[in-house]
Amino acid sequence: MKRRKIDVRTLPAKAGNEVEDRLGVATPLRGIINKVFPDHWSFLLGEIALFSFIVLLLTGTFLTLFFEPSMKEVTYDGSYAPLRGVHMSAAYASSLDLSFDVRGGLIMRQMHHWAALVFMGAIVVHMLRIFFTGAFRKPREVNWIIGSLLFWIGFLAGFTGYSLPDDGLSGTGLRIASAIMLSIPLIGTWLTSSIFNGEFPGEIIISRFFIAHVLLIPALLVALISVHLALVFKQKHTQWPGPGRTNNNVVGERFFPRYTIKQAGFFMAVAGVIALLAGAMQINPIWLFGPYEAGVVSAASQPDWYVMFLDGSTRLMPAWQINIGIGNGYVIPPIFWPTVVLPGFLTMLPMLYPFIEARLNRDNKIHNLLQRPRDVPQRTALGMMAVAFFLVLVLSGGNDVIADKFNISLNAMTWAGRIGLLLLPPIAYYVTYRICLGLQQHDREVLAHGVETGIIRRAPDGRFYEVHQPLGHDHEELEYAGWVVPKKMNRLGALGPALKGFFRPIERPAEAPVSPGHPPIEPAPERREIESKH
Amino acid sequence: MTSPHRSGGLLARMRRRRAVPRSKARRRIASATRLLAALVLAGGLYTAFAPAISAQDAPLSPAAMEGKALFDTSCISCHGMNAQGIEGRGPSLIGVGGASVDFQVSTGRMPLGSQGAQAVEKPPVFNEEQTRQLAQYVQELGGGPQIPEGDNLHSGGDVAAGGQIFRLNCSSCHAFGGGGGALSSGKFAPRISNTDDRVIWGAMLSGPQNMPVFGDNQLTPDQKRDVIAYIQETLKDRDPGGFNLGRLGPTTEGLAVFVVGITALIFTALWIAGKS
Repeated sequence: MKRRKIDVRTLPAKAGNEVEDRLGVATPLRGIINKVFPDHWSFLLGEIALFSFIVLLLTGTFLTLFFEPSMKEVTYDGSYAPLRGVHMSAAYASSLDLSFDVRGGLIMRQMHHWAALVFMGAIVVHMLRIFFTGAFRKPREVNWIIGSLLFWIGFLAGFTGYSLPDDGLSGTGLRIASAIMLSIPLIGTWLTSSIFNGEFPGEIIISRFFIAHVLLIPALLVALISVHLALVFKQKHTQWPGPGRTNNNVVGERFFPRYTIKQAGFFMAVAGVIALLAGAMQINPIWLFGPYEAGVVSAASQPDWYVMFLDGSTRLMPAWQINIGIGNGYVIPPIFWPTVVLPGFLTMLPMLYPFIEARLNRDNKIHNLLQRPRDVPQRTALGMMAVAFFLVLVLSGGNDVIADKFNISLNAMTWAGRIGLLLLPPIAYYVTYRICLGLQQHDREVLAHGVETGIIRRAPDGRFYEVHQPLGHDHEELEYAGWVVPKKMNRLGALGPALKGFFRPIERPAEAPVSPGHPPIEPAPERREIESKH
Repeated sequence: MTSPHRSGGLLARMRRRRAVPRSKARRRIASATRLLAALVLAGGLYTAFAPAISAQDAPLSPAAMEGKALFDTSCISCHGMNAQGIEGRGPSLIGVGGASVDFQVSTGRMPLGSQGAQAVEKPPVFNEEQTRQLAQYVQELGGGPQIPEGDNLHSGGDVAAGGQIFRLNCSSCHAFGGGGGALSSGKFAPRISNTDDRVIWGAMLSGPQNMPVFGDNQLTPDQKRDVIAYIQETLKDRDPGGFNLGRLGPTTEGLAVFVVGITALIFTALWIAGKS
């Protein structure tokens, strides 16, 4: 039989042709492959969220194989001795089995939980980047709104997941959630009893939260993330201003192969960091919390960090109860303000912000170039104000742990939180504003006078002055271009480039050249002290 | 005395007038005898049920004498002569029992370093022998609860039952993993860590600082045994999930995810973006 010759080099092209003949995808694929993405580290923050979401889906699927979403009472008979013989719900028992009796179950549980914390953290960090660089401006307002919705849906995903194991901590969280819902005027009782199917805790809440946590919320997240990414594709990514970059082009790397390879590597890194966290640090040790019982409320019962600001606002709220004397009397409990009204504002205000800012600036233009935070001091200061507000609330959410571990009175922590919540945001605004102006001014100064050279000259009249290297030709003043102004001589090429390396140089510094025929330069002789003679 | 009108009652019969009045002298003798009998009865009962007071008169045992000597040099400035207490400085120790002394002295809380919201644990000033003598002295002064003999007070305890008692009664201050927690105005429930059975028993029995007393009526000795067995089990538990972050729950987990996780990933982003 005659051996057929296969030319390996033509194989990809042939295979491509075969696919093209059948599916006809060459034209759209070419568009995608040739799509250009700008390259900057801050554009990778959203990817952390995306990749940790993928880790969440993978580990979550594993967990559903063993978790039993039922509140049926069982007697535990697994390998964790301190709970053997204790009555508990099937949900809690199966979570214990996942932790102790399923091979690889504990690391999967821990990866799922850490990935959730990383997911929410990355969303917030990504949103801060978008906000401070003005990436939310027209035409990207819709994507900004989808982004903030993703935070709140992730919040719900986290809360329902936190409740599923039915341990002491999750039951305490559910009890608080039911109290929050009960505090809503008019519809509170109806809402609570329809969610819990009667009085708290009922017998169905775990099954309901389960279907929300594994189907409804993830489906919503997948849908919104898809639209989010599709919009980034459609509207193109924003880029920093710089040489060759305009409002109408994109400078960067092609989607395939470079961008794809980098992203694949970054996915591995994100999954690796999550696995490292899960392997090294214990999270949510449900076996210590015990099964949920209404009488058990442990100290340091906190929600996960992205819910903690609500815990903080509740702790700081004074006990102001409003009694309304209509009919048999009506009460608006104090918990209504920090846990229903405040999140209401916090949901709506960020979503409306792009429109508010455009309206105030009378700005109807399309913006594809980012702004450096220092160039928009009002927005940057407002953002820092929001960050300060949020941080005070988060810290107050853990104020008992802080009080205990740092030997501060809990009462002092509460009052510090109350005062700090009102005082720190305006201070943050002022300080940020001044820092932005200072940075702006320094940029303008370098543009006008040049880079500091470190050379001090003394004029014949005895005057000292520092020599500046002007950036422009013939001492012309340069226009600020919205991008980094070089402030060191090696950035101008006047000196050698800065040595690379994080802790120590990864390259050898260039040695001083030795001229032929001359001896190498010897170090200067040691100087002697000049003695005064009388 | 629910119904004073019932004719058959003892008091009613006593109150009923005699048909023939007795002579004055006999009446006097009879009332004197009754008074004497009542006094003897009351005194007798008191002596029988309050051995503490009578113990004071008894000479102190040699160990208690040693304890008194220690007390008179180290404790008297706050707890006063004969441990009667000094207003505004230190409480009376009459009747607190050896359990309290054992707990406070062996954990270094007493002698107090300084007056504050709460006595803090520090290296003990007195050794085991001296602690026992002090406890004996206070015990002989006014009685009170005592820690049972022996160092192992949890053998045979039911860990699971102890866990349920712990979560219901202890975790609200000491937290689920015994990590401790804050109370109001600078007071706190300390971390339960690396402690021995006698200390835990003494804490439950005497209710030091702001801790409620779990006397033998509230938690029977068997239940105390269960609780200690559970605590020793969770202390031994080597945290299967890795570093336990102080067993402080989501607060330190949230800190860790930013300090370790997000920071590492941002550096990774910087590194990957720099590769071209």
